[in-house]
Amino acid sequence: MKEVAFFAGAIGALGGAIAVIGLRNPFYSVLALIVHLISLAGLFLLLQGEFLAAAQIVVYAGAVMVLYVFVAAYVGNVDEPLWEPIPGQRFIAPLLGIALFVELGIAIVGSGLRSIESEGPTVELGFGSPEAIGTLLLERFLIAFEAASLLLLVAAVGAVVLAGRRRAAGGGPEGNPREVAPEGPPAAAPRSSG
Amino acid sequence: MDITWYLVLSAMIFAVGVAGVLLRRSPLVILLCLELMLNAGNLALLAFSRSLGNEEGQVFALVVMVVAACEVVVGLGLIVAAYRRRIPLNVDELRSLRG
Repeated sequence: MKEVAFFAGAIGALGGAIAVIGLRNPFYSVLALIVHLISLAGLFLLLQGEFLAAAQIVVYAGAVMVLYVFVAAYVGNVDEPLWEPIPGQRFIAPLLGIALFVELGIAIVGSGLRSIESEGPTVELGFGSPEAIGTLLLERFLIAFEAASLLLLVAAVGAVVLAGRRRAAGGGPEGNPREVAPEGPPAAAPRSSG
Repeated sequence: MDITWYLVLSAMIFAVGVAGVLLRRSPLVILLCLELMLNAGNLALLAFSRSLGNEEGQVFALVVMVVAACEVVVGLGLIVAAYRRRIPLNVDELRSLRG
């Protein structure tokens, strides 16, 4: 039973990952990433990470992916030119990926760790529950918790500064005519430096 | 299931993410590939946490998720700002900082 669940999750996660880099439309890539994240949440459940699985679905597949969908729809379909700055990049990149996988596989399988050749020790019932994670987070990892909250605050301020340029530059919502969102894709490339 | 299976799957997802960063030219898709790599790391963290019977790895994975959320927010803000200023969304042409 566990094997069936693992392989279903693994096929979903790997298929989603390959679809992310294989599909040409960024919007479809975002949807493929949602499939990937939901399959990964199933794998987290198999590894007794209940809270992490729930957080993965709520935070990642929910909130973060909504952001991605908005931006993908706002920016539109950016066509990637076929021109390649490095000749043969189309073939070299997957080869490098496969080489990295082989290397990591050798490192994992050849590590000789005895603890990864089993299902792991039996754990008590509350392993990975919100209660256990919260206790750890607020007792042992309090500084990391506070640093994470500070990081989120800084990121939120940074996003407002970055994306809300219109009001800062022009003094009004439509102050600067160049900043009014263009309708077409920015294909004119006025600033490309070659 | 052995923990090794999870680790090998995590290595596969990471390699796919690396190949995507090398292959694709759109910054949006490159951010998606970064998400793939971070998630592969999360899967490995959870697998080790299970194999050691210790929940600390799950706390690490949670912090990784927070960092990923920050990276998404800043990255998407940059993409939106670049699009508004009509800078082409192609990493081969975004080379003004390269010196």
